[in-house]
Amino acid sequence: MTDASTALSAPSELRARAHLPSPRVVRSLVLPLAIVVVWEAVGALRLVDPTLLPTPFAVLKELFRLTTSGELVANLIVSSRRVLLGFAIGTAVATLLGAVTGYSIYWRGVIDPTVHALRTIPGLAWIPMFILWLGIDEGSKLALIALATFFPTYLNFMSGIARVDRKLIEVGRVNGLTGARLVSTVLIPYSLPFLFVGLRQSMGVAWLVVVGAELMGASSGIGYMLNDGEMTGRPHLIMACMIVFALSGKTTDLIIATIARRVLRWQDTVEQP
Amino acid sequence: MLEIRSLTKNFENFAALGPLNFTLDRERVLTVIGPSGCGKSTLLRLIAGLEVPTRGSIHLDGAAVTEPRSDIGVAFQDPRLMPWLSVRHNVGLGLWRWHAAERTAAVDAALAKVSLSKFADALPKQLSGGMAQRVGLARALVARPRLLLLDEPFAALDPLTRIKMQDHLLDIVGSEVPNVLLITHDIEEAIALSDRIVVLEGPPARIRRDVLVDLPKPRKRTSAAFQELKELLFGELFPDERTLAA
Repeated sequence: MTDASTALSAPSELRARAHLPSPRVVRSLVLPLAIVVVWEAVGALRLVDPTLLPTPFAVLKELFRLTTSGELVANLIVSSRRVLLGFAIGTAVATLLGAVTGYSIYWRGVIDPTVHALRTIPGLAWIPMFILWLGIDEGSKLALIALATFFPTYLNFMSGIARVDRKLIEVGRVNGLTGARLVSTVLIPYSLPFLFVGLRQSMGVAWLVVVGAELMGASSGIGYMLNDGEMTGRPHLIMACMIVFALSGKTTDLIIATIARRVLRWQDTVEQP
Repeated sequence: MLEIRSLTKNFENFAALGPLNFTLDRERVLTVIGPSGCGKSTLLRLIAGLEVPTRGSIHLDGAAVTEPRSDIGVAFQDPRLMPWLSVRHNVGLGLWRWHAAERTAAVDAALAKVSLSKFADALPKQLSGGMAQRVGLARALVARPRLLLLDEPFAALDPLTRIKMQDHLLDIVGSEVPNVLLITHDIEEAIALSDRIVVLEGPPARIRRDVLVDLPKPRKRTSAAFQELKELLFGELFPDERTLAA
């Protein structure tokens, strides 16, 4: 019944798509562009005091200055290093521990309640203790990021392994798979989608926490720059740092999501961006 | 020879099976038939080593079955493929102790038997239901088991595919597999394939009737002998509705 109309519209649709970015990309850009337009208008019409809300242009100018002076790159490298190293430590421990507690009901009973109790302590509450134990330098910052990134990965991976389909376990057993081989052949592949959900959440948390970590006696990093902007009353610097955080977080999330899509291409699900 | 002696299985307060006694030796295909929920799948899971008997024993060629064994192949009601493994790796799942060359040859042969050689590198999500079920069958056959257990392997298929699979099952299984134990609730499937049919009632599952099927193969579903046996089995399965069958 709709044969004629689809036959007519399909080729023109294809032609249009060949020259334009995908509708998904366009759709995702509408809101940020609208915000920038309104924001610039508010500044240009002097509706708000520019010392309270710098215009997008002022923020861009600041970003340009920070980039050309090399300040941005140097500080971004420091922050990224902290994020990635803390993330690597936290999620590595989380993956190992999550595999153990997901697989063994006995060890889940021993470890899991303690983990849940520790999880409720706010990350920032740890800062004084980490400084006391590990000093004011890198150690305490990495510890804070590692601790914060541990929980999302641990919880997701553990529940993934614990939820593995009994029917697939039985297939493994009738095919002679036991112990470590059963874990590596059935349990871990089954729970990889859960692991990637955890890793994405952990990476998000890592960028949140690095600001807190860089508030404690840091002399470099984007969090330090942001703090510096606050101390010296430069809102355009603060907002420039916020934009850098947003872009960095989005970039690392995109990297993990891309890896996940490749690794999980066996999943029979609707494609997610 | 498969020997089942005083086999009993209770789940907590629920008596699922037994005591059950029978042996399977000369008859190539033994079909266990019974109404749903009578405990026939529990019987298969016990023989597969997936459940531990409450009492009694299962012996295959003199050795007790207490856990899954490599000489017992199992195809389940649903294909149960690992979605992250290709068809080839699903079929070769249990062959990890084998040399690579032997494994490849065995997997190729099993896939050829179920006519899926072209799909060796496909992922399960790319297969139709019938194809996935054939992969599950190939996986159960690939190690040339002494005993092949089939748990309603065609129940989820459409009627046409089901009849096609039934007609080809014995060619697919091949002469290397000495005994097949098929669980079904489909009377025609039982008569078309079996040398012997055990009718269960339950729970707890017990043998109601044990019938040797001495009809020439391939069996014509419209023949008088086929219809006669069908009526007999229907009467055993649904004793209250005997008049309806007649």
